[in-house]
Amino acid sequence: MDHKLFKKDVHWGEWLIQKALLLAGISSILIIALIFIFLFREAVRFFHTGTPMDLIGKWVYDDWEERNVFTMMWQSISEVPKYSLIPLICGSFLVAFPATLISAVLGIGCAVYLSEIAPYKVRETLKPALELLAGIPSVVIGFVMLAFIATFVQDLFHTKFRLNAFVGSLGVSLAVLPIMITISEDAMRAVPKELRDASYALGASKWQTIFGTVLPAAVSGISAAVILGFGRALGETMIVLMATGNAALVTGNIFSSVRTMTANIAAELGSVAQGSEHYYALFLVGAVLFTFTFVLNLFSEIVLSKMRQKLRM
Amino acid sequence: MIARTLAGGALADLDRDDVAQNPVKISVHDLNMYYGNVRALHGITMDIKERAVTALIGPSGCGKSTFLRTLNRMNDTIPGARIEGIVTIDGVNIYAPDVNVAALRRMVGMVFQKQNPFPKSVFDNVAYGPRLHGITDRAFLEHRVEESLKKSALWDEVKDRLHTSAMQLSGGQQQRLCIARVLAVNPEIILMDEPASALDPLSTAKIEELIHQLRKHYTIVIVTHNMQQAARVSDYTAYFYMGSLVEFGETKGIFTNPEKKETEDYITGRFG
Repeated sequence: MDHKLFKKDVHWGEWLIQKALLLAGISSILIIALIFIFLFREAVRFFHTGTPMDLIGKWVYDDWEERNVFTMMWQSISEVPKYSLIPLICGSFLVAFPATLISAVLGIGCAVYLSEIAPYKVRETLKPALELLAGIPSVVIGFVMLAFIATFVQDLFHTKFRLNAFVGSLGVSLAVLPIMITISEDAMRAVPKELRDASYALGASKWQTIFGTVLPAAVSGISAAVILGFGRALGETMIVLMATGNAALVTGNIFSSVRTMTANIAAELGSVAQGSEHYYALFLVGAVLFTFTFVLNLFSEIVLSKMRQKLRM
Repeated sequence: MIARTLAGGALADLDRDDVAQNPVKISVHDLNMYYGNVRALHGITMDIKERAVTALIGPSGCGKSTFLRTLNRMNDTIPGARIEGIVTIDGVNIYAPDVNVAALRRMVGMVFQKQNPFPKSVFDNVAYGPRLHGITDRAFLEHRVEESLKKSALWDEVKDRLHTSAMQLSGGQQQRLCIARVLAVNPEIILMDEPASALDPLSTAKIEELIHQLRKHYTIVIVTHNMQQAARVSDYTAYFYMGSLVEFGETKGIFTNPEKKETEDYITGRFG
């Protein structure tokens, strides 16, 4: 057994690097798992005192109507605290939907331009500019929305409230735009040149090639961009906290003030008594939000991997 | 008569004398092509006959693919590409300023080295070209698709799965689908850029058989790395080297008794 073929090569450096990288990988997964566990553990404690029904609404005696009325409200500091999630979910979607729509239209248009039309030099200047957009702190976007755009929107649409879901969604669409552009542009660039050549060789114009070949081939990637953008829009906090007016109303009116799940947590968690029902209710809001974004991210991952399979030539 | 070629293998059993009577389809005169400052083609002059197969051979980077792509102006899509000289098809200069490039490419179809079906159904692949040019009538499209698939000898294999993804076909089937896609726009000329180089021998044989069939109705220009293939499928052969046309003539002559020493060296494998 002393033969040279049985002697092990020892590379301590490699071993160390390998283990260190393993540790880094495991710890990031571990941290996410711990956040997950912590969030849900705290959220579940709400049910020690509250009921699932409380999350939808409560029968409360109404002095005006002199009878019990079913109210769907988030009134955490009140004689009878109410923790209905409905106005918050409603607010979140009322901001996230228009924001996704606006940024999808702008973002996909921009991605088509960047990937298919823009000359090399224009692309090389525009892309870093977009990264700058991604680098704007959301508090700055929120500030601009709150201070300037809100007035402009009110003058334009004569809205009752200066700060409303629409102003918030304008701001959020700015925050989501870079991710929307980047992912859909990547998807279009991933369409092999051979397919474009095939289209041109059949006598297609540039636009026929874009709409007939590139966009259909990239459609899953673009859908993933939209889904991911929607997830980001749901999770955006600072802009909505500053620009939506923060009134927890159940409404479908986009020019009404709303309060989103994220803004609600940000606004209240800092001043809540730890271990109180209110405290756990906020964690519950967080858990619901997390579930939404988790499912959306998962879904977009599946869509993206489908696209990679489809384009494998 | 089947003559032994210098490259080994047999010459195609084609009715070559018939082809010699055919009129000239494509005429190239003193064609120079530049990528930026790099000159890729040096004064190419040649006449390509109608309803015949012309093979372009030569080592990698010799300009044969570049030359092929000048015939349907696919080089237009490459930034910095520039052309001098005249290419005429049926006597019309295809580089004249007011030529409709889309119409030219309908007339001059192209099959690529790597099979490139769209990630769509078999039907939609073949119907892509006709639809581009405004045909929406379903019955007409169905007829055109069937006809094209029959011409490309793929119909029997795919007629029951016209609406499944083209990506599920085998490599050879995909390449024949690409040929069907070209046939669907009724071209007069078909350019083939190493159409069988990514295929197994059996699929290659099918493509070559198909070229034999198509030769009766279409003018075919094919780039190939495979000497035996050139000998098997073509009526005329052009040998390119370093962007120049070294020798051009009937395949029989080129492969049995080339005029130039370089051509002979290349064909016999002493070089390239």
